[in-house]
Amino acid sequence: MRHARGLRIPRRSTSRPSRLRTRTCDLAVIGAGPAGLEAAHRGAAAGLRVALFERKQLGGTSLNSGSIPSKALIRVATLFAGARQAARLLDSHLELPPPDMQRIVQYLRRVEQRIAAYDSPARLERAGIELHRGAAHFVDRQTVALGRRHFRFRHALVATGAVSAPPSFPGLPARSYLTSESIFSLRRLPGSLAVVGGGPLGCELAQAFRRLGCDVTIIQDEAKFLPLEERDAAQVLAQAMARDGVQIRLNTRVIGASRSGSGFRLETESYRKRDRVTATEVLVSVGRVPNTGELHLEAAGIKADRVRGVVTDDYLRTSNRRIFAAGDVCMPQKYTHVACSTARIAIDNIVHGQRLRCSALIIPWCTFCVPEIAHVGLQAWEARERSIPVKTYTVLMHDVHRAITDRQESGFVKLHAAEGTDRIVGATIVAARASEMINEVCVAMHHGIGLRGLADVMHTYPAQAAAIRTAAASARRKRRGTLAPRTCAQHRGDFDA
Amino acid sequence: MLVLPPTATTGAHRRRWAAHDEADADLVARLQQTAFGYLWQYCNSRNGLVADTSRAGSPCSIAVVGFALSAYLVAIERGWISRQAGAARTLATLRFLLHCDQSGAPQASGYKGFYFHFLDMQTGRRAWNCELSLIDSTLLLAGLVTSGLFFDRHDEAEIRDAASVLCERVDWRWAQGDSKSLSQGWLPEAGFLHYGWEGYNEALLLYVLGLGARTRPLPAAAFTTWTVTYQWERIFGQDVLYAGPLFTHLFPQAWLDLRGIRDDFMREKRSDYFQNTRRAIALQREYCECNPLEAAAYARDLWGISAGDGPTGAGLGPYAVDQYRFGYMARGIPFGPDDGTLCPWAMLASLPFDADAALTGTRRLLRDFPQVCPAERFVSGFNPSVDAAPAGWVSEGWYGLDQGLLVLSIENARSGLIWSLTRDSPAVRRGLRRAGFSGGWLGS
Repeated sequence: MRHARGLRIPRRSTSRPSRLRTRTCDLAVIGAGPAGLEAAHRGAAAGLRVALFERKQLGGTSLNSGSIPSKALIRVATLFAGARQAARLLDSHLELPPPDMQRIVQYLRRVEQRIAAYDSPARLERAGIELHRGAAHFVDRQTVALGRRHFRFRHALVATGAVSAPPSFPGLPARSYLTSESIFSLRRLPGSLAVVGGGPLGCELAQAFRRLGCDVTIIQDEAKFLPLEERDAAQVLAQAMARDGVQIRLNTRVIGASRSGSGFRLETESYRKRDRVTATEVLVSVGRVPNTGELHLEAAGIKADRVRGVVTDDYLRTSNRRIFAAGDVCMPQKYTHVACSTARIAIDNIVHGQRLRCSALIIPWCTFCVPEIAHVGLQAWEARERSIPVKTYTVLMHDVHRAITDRQESGFVKLHAAEGTDRIVGATIVAARASEMINEVCVAMHHGIGLRGLADVMHTYPAQAAAIRTAAASARRKRRGTLAPRTCAQHRGDFDA
Repeated sequence: MLVLPPTATTGAHRRRWAAHDEADADLVARLQQTAFGYLWQYCNSRNGLVADTSRAGSPCSIAVVGFALSAYLVAIERGWISRQAGAARTLATLRFLLHCDQSGAPQASGYKGFYFHFLDMQTGRRAWNCELSLIDSTLLLAGLVTSGLFFDRHDEAEIRDAASVLCERVDWRWAQGDSKSLSQGWLPEAGFLHYGWEGYNEALLLYVLGLGARTRPLPAAAFTTWTVTYQWERIFGQDVLYAGPLFTHLFPQAWLDLRGIRDDFMREKRSDYFQNTRRAIALQREYCECNPLEAAAYARDLWGISAGDGPTGAGLGPYAVDQYRFGYMARGIPFGPDDGTLCPWAMLASLPFDADAALTGTRRLLRDFPQVCPAERFVSGFNPSVDAAPAGWVSEGWYGLDQGLLVLSIENARSGLIWSLTRDSPAVRRGLRRAGFSGGWLGS
């Protein structure tokens, strides 16, 4: 086998007990989620002998209990909401039957299986990746063990992801409440659902289950949903949730829980005012913590802590120079696309000896509610904190013709630019297809395309993404003391036409 | 004829004012006087507390008391009440405030010089387990500042002394807690609220008075920490420091004359808060003309989306889209929340900033929806998209904040009385300077 430059298989240790089988590899990848799979493929393509270890299903959280099933569920919920709206639009008295949760779960499983087929064990093997099933752990600075088998590696990548954080309140035994891992296997639609946590997944699932017909209460211990997002985005989301009929309790902490008949009773506190929420099911969605528990990181000399997970430098190298990390286990941004990008950086740094920096990444993210909330780069306040004067170019979705035709008018496009320059420093998009639209801004930022460049690009009509061009083009107009009437052309996105 | 204050703005602005006729002047004067009538009528003359609303059993809102204190000065100048009557009502208020329970206990009236948002009209004790409100206390303090400056006669020394004591006993350092910026309030049962001030809003007055206090003032860095959260946006083709609900622009400027003076942020943007308010009004008109929610009344000359009473519950909007109605809510544009509810007082309260827009809109409102101004006094909100009645859903009775804002805003447009008083206030000047304001009447 051809080895990549600078990589040699280490000599087998002579001190190892002979009853253990010790094998060698160039790259040991622990965890076959998005980061692990990406790394394994990239490493194998570069000519490394790759051993990939996975104790559960291939694909990790993203495929099996995260992005994929949640998006499929949101799709089903959107269809239901659309059917109800269509019936009302046609003035029909059609009553939709309650959704059959088992059929919905079957749908989710089929979607997962379709995607899992691309990384089947057979395909991994054909790609030259050795797949080993089971819980691997480090035994020393250069060896991982899987049962009685030892694997001596030249380099290793920790990509074990993250797991749902447990609730911080007493009274809910493990397995009695739902998590993002278990909610996609429900056998029946709960009559009522209490969602604890107003982060991205909590908001997405609260809204989706409400749209399926479930009575949903969402309990968030902060003053707004999605604390990382700007005020206006969180505001639009709160309005959308209220419109859908989600019961919202902000600034409310759950302090205890107990069984109540066939459901649960949550004791809540808001500024010391006690109250309670009853529901047939409880979803705890209070964040995710790095999954490092069974790795024996200390044996390999890898520094880690409970909150940040594996500690790496900007090149994703851990405190053991042979070992790197990627994805949720070491990144604060726990998203599939970040996992894949950091895996690529780590492998390129290992294989090619490159010095690619994690801090150079331009990281977008999206919360897939209705409307979707996407962001990339700096928030306006972050720019101001760095003494960058910013100006925000805003277009409301209710001014965008395609949003009007689809009656998807909630939201906005905001492009943040360094004032007096053409340079885009960040963007927030709240729109029905924000997850797609934000990528246009990502491309612009990645390649240094400024407002002027974006404004020069012809967009299809009518399209929601025209709002991005309109926002960029509005920077060309001279500042006006008074508001000039906007023309139809401006609404079409042809600001300077 | 309406009279423009001597420090008023551009020649164009002056000419627009002059174009309005006697009928407008009479209308404005009448509506101002009836607004004042609320503050005088719904006041407990023994302790000076003014009811939050005209509804039976309403507690006092401490903010409305602040508006009332300044409104008494307007009424004295306009001859609606005698100076003695105004001084007596002011003194009753100040004596109550001086001697009320400031222990911070759950049934007290205040703590550390601040006051609970709502107080019982008779006993003056905390009502509804509400929060110790920093912004509502600030509106009270602004009223106290004007009382202390206006009552300058020898026999009115008690008013001046009391106003001074009440302003100086406020512990702004305590209000900051462990944070770099300010919380929105405090509860005796749970400490400071988690809600802070994010983005531009009415907290401008809070910071100016907090920075200008003679004793235990806010550090200047607190203002910078807040203004970092400002967003300067080009919306509808116009540059504006965004704040959604109209009242957030109007409340601070009921007292502060912000024409031509600038802090660091406004210097950077070559604008000022007065001009910014004109732009906020232009946004309201543009939004209402395009009317994305297809609300029944919205039009270029029918606007006013702000904090006010509104209908509640769910409903269906155009194209069978679900709509949710918010009840009493700080509504704002263009990001919402918006449910088709207008605040009928908001256009007239914008008189100092855009007289044309304010008067044209108010005339149309009174023509099309006279139901929203019973007894020549504006209700808090109405929503013609809900219910079939001529004006749709109409809020019951009146709200004190709306009436107080109207009295002060109209007076600033007519004579500039309140602005000229606070321009002479050492505390206000000090607060503005510490916030980084300079230029215009404030000097360099």
